[in-house]
Amino acid sequence: MIKKRILSLALTSVICLALLSGCGSSPGGADIVPGVEGKIVNIYVWNEEFQGKFNENYPEVERLSDDKSVAYLKDGTEVHWIINPTQDGVYQQKLDEALLKQDKVSADERVDMFLVEADYALKYTDPEANVAMPISQLGITEADIANQYRYTLEAMTASDGEIRGLSYQATPGMLVYRRSIAKAVLGSDDPEVVGAAVADWDKFYETAGQMKAAGYYMYSGRADTYRVYSNNVSAPWVENDKTVVVDPNMMNWVDRSMEDIQQGINHNVPGQWIDEWNKDMGPDSKVFCFFLPAWGLDVCIAPNVKDTAAAQDWAVCPSPQSFFWGGTWLVAANGTDNAAQVKDIMLTMTADRDLLRTLAMNYGEMSNDQPLMEELAQSPDFGIELLGGQNYIGVLSDVAANIDLSNISSYDQGCVEEFQNTFGDYFNGIISLDKAKANFEMSITERYPWLVGGGVIWP
Amino acid sequence: MGNQKKIRGISYAKWGYIFILPFFLSYAIFSLIPLVDTIWNSFHEYYAFGLKTVGPNWTGLSNYISLLSSDLPKYAWNTFVMWILGFVPQIIISLILASWFTDARLKIRGKQFFKVVIYLPNLIMASAFAMLFFALFSNAGPVNNILLSLGIVGEAIRFMESTLGARTLVALMNFLMWFGNTTIMLMAAIMGINPSVFEAAELDGCTHTQKFFLITLPQIKPLLTYTLITSLIGGLQMFDVPQILTGGKGAPDRTTMTLIMYLNKHLQAKNYGIAGALSVFLFIISGILCWIVFKMNTDPDNAKAAAKRAKKGGKA
Repeated sequence: MIKKRILSLALTSVICLALLSGCGSSPGGADIVPGVEGKIVNIYVWNEEFQGKFNENYPEVERLSDDKSVAYLKDGTEVHWIINPTQDGVYQQKLDEALLKQDKVSADERVDMFLVEADYALKYTDPEANVAMPISQLGITEADIANQYRYTLEAMTASDGEIRGLSYQATPGMLVYRRSIAKAVLGSDDPEVVGAAVADWDKFYETAGQMKAAGYYMYSGRADTYRVYSNNVSAPWVENDKTVVVDPNMMNWVDRSMEDIQQGINHNVPGQWIDEWNKDMGPDSKVFCFFLPAWGLDVCIAPNVKDTAAAQDWAVCPSPQSFFWGGTWLVAANGTDNAAQVKDIMLTMTADRDLLRTLAMNYGEMSNDQPLMEELAQSPDFGIELLGGQNYIGVLSDVAANIDLSNISSYDQGCVEEFQNTFGDYFNGIISLDKAKANFEMSITERYPWLVGGGVIWP
Repeated sequence: MGNQKKIRGISYAKWGYIFILPFFLSYAIFSLIPLVDTIWNSFHEYYAFGLKTVGPNWTGLSNYISLLSSDLPKYAWNTFVMWILGFVPQIIISLILASWFTDARLKIRGKQFFKVVIYLPNLIMASAFAMLFFALFSNAGPVNNILLSLGIVGEAIRFMESTLGARTLVALMNFLMWFGNTTIMLMAAIMGINPSVFEAAELDGCTHTQKFFLITLPQIKPLLTYTLITSLIGGLQMFDVPQILTGGKGAPDRTTMTLIMYLNKHLQAKNYGIAGALSVFLFIISGILCWIVFKMNTDPDNAKAAAKRAKKGGKA
C-alpha cells in the first residue's frame, strides 16, 4: 500500500514537473569577472542593414553561420544578432524587455550593444534611464571621433554632457529624381537645371504642374514629404512629458498633401516601405522624384531598379527645404560583459577611415567622416553608378553641416506613425479633418498613457 | 475503536483527487493566477513610462470609467458586424453542404476529398492567411491587376481603405476558415438523426425541402445553437485576421478595430491597468455566453422552454 502510494506520488510529481518545466527557462546566472571578456556579443538591431555592413567589412570577422545570424570572430567570440522590426514599436518593446532584465540573466545573454534611430534615441541616452554606457566609460576619447559630423555627436549628448552613441553615417536628405522624366519635361537632366527647378516650394510646385501636364506624378505619396515638414518644426512634439503640441508646419503638411492628392500631383501612395512605393521606384513608374538621404539610394532605390533600364536613370539635387531622415547610432549597453569588444566594434565601424571609405564607395553611404567626405566631394573617382556617375556628396555636404537635431524627442516614432495613420483616413476622404484630429488625440494617449489629461494643442 | 477508524479511513476517493491534481495545479499556475492578477491590475494605474514603470497605484474604478467613456461600444459593434458578416454565409453554406454530404439519395463521389478540402483553410495559420489576403487585395496586388487587365474596373479598387471593403475581407476570411469545421460538426449532427425518420418521410411523399426544414433542422437545433454560441465566443476574440490585415490600425477610421485589437493596443503600451479592465469586461461577456451554452447542454427541456419564452418575448 505504502509502496503504491509512493509510486503514485512519484508519478504525479513527475507529471507536474514535466508540466512546469515547459515554461521555465533556466538562466545560468554566472556573474562577470571584471576584465574578463564574455564569449558572446549580443547586438539588437531592427533590420539587416548594419549586420550586412558589419559582416562584410569588420576586419575581425572570420566566418558566418549558415543562416548568417551568428558571426564568428577571429578570437573565437561569437556575435549574435537579434532582429525585431521597427514598426509599431516592436523593436523598442523587445529591447526594453531585454534591457530591464540585464542584471538578472547570465553574462552571455545580456545585451552588449544595440542600435537606435533619431526617432527614439533620446529614450535610451537619458542618463536617468541608465541603459546606455557613455563612450568615455568605454575609453573612447574626443580625439578618436574628431572627424565625425558634430550633429551626430550632439544628438547623442545627454543632459550630463556624456556622449552615449556613435554613428557610421550622416543622413542629410536630398531630392532623388529620374533623369528620363527630367529630360522629357524640363529639357535637361543636369542636376543644376533640375536643382533650380525645385529650389524652393514655389518652384517645386511650378515644376509639379508641368509634370502633371505631361502625365507624370511629381512624387509618390504624402509619407515622402512628411520628413521634410517634420524636420522643420519649431519645437519638439511633447511639452514637459504632458502636452502634445502640434506644430503649425505639421498642419501645413496636412493641407499641402490633401491638395496634392486632389490635384493628382502625387501618386497617392499611402505609405513607405510598401509594395506600391517600391513599384513607384521601379522602371515602369511615372513618379519623378523621391525625398531620400544617402542610404536611401542603396536601401530603397537600387533593389527596385537592379538590372532594368532605370538602373542608372537617377540623379540627385538639393531638396526644396533641407531635412534629414534616420541615422543609426551604435550604443553600448550598460552591463555588457564585452566592453572591450564593443568598444572596438564601435570605433572600427564609425571612425576607421578605410572602412568608412569602403562604406561610401560600395554602398553609396554618406560616411560619418567630414574631412573624408570633403575629399570625396572633390574626387572624380567617387561617382555612383545608380546616379549615372554623379558625385552626390557635394550636394549633401552643406546640408550635413547644418543639420539641427534640437527638436527631436523620444516621442517622434510614435507621433510619426500615429499622425500619418490617423490623417491617412482624412486623405482617403473617409473622415473629416476634425475627426482625424480627434483620432490622433486618442491614438497618442493609447500609445503614451501618461499623456492622458495633458491634452493636444492644435495650431 | 482506533482500528475501526483506520478501516473507515481507507478511501479510494483520494486517488481520484491525486490524479486530477496535475490539472488543477497547472490550471492554477497558468490560468487562475493570471486571471486574479488581471482583475487586480484593473483597479490600478499601472503602465510603463519609457523605460520606467508607473504604479501600481490604486485607482478604484477609474480604469473602467475611462474605458466606458472611450470608443469601446464602437469596437464591440465592429466585432459584432464582422462576426455576423462571416457567420451568416458560414452557417448557410455549411447547412447546405452538410445536408448534401449526408443525403443517402445523392451519391456524391469523393466526399472524403471535399471534406478535407473545405477543412484545409482552417489548418493555415490565421496570420498567414491574413498576410495572403493583404498581398492579394493590396492596391497594386494581383486581384486589382486582374480586374484592371480585364477592364472590369478603370482604376485600382482600394479595398483596405474603405470600411465595407476591409470589413468584408475580414468576414470573408473568417468564413473561409470556419465553414469547413462547421460543416463537419453539422454532418455529425445530421448523421445522428434516426434514418428511419427520413425513410418514413420519403414514403409519405416529402420533398427535399420539406425534409430539410421539417426534419433535419428541428432535429439538429441544439447543435445549431451550440455552434452559434461557440462561434459568438470565438467572434468576440477576433484578433489575428483584422490585426494583420490592417497592420494593427483597424483602418479605415478604426472601423475594423475589434475588442481584442483594442486590448492589444493597450498591452503594447504596457498599460496593464486599462488592459486589465478591458479583459474583465470581456471575461464577463464570455462568462454569460458560456453560461448559456452550459444551461443548454445540461437540460435540453429547459433550454427548449427558454427558447420558446424568448420567441414569445421577441414577438411581444
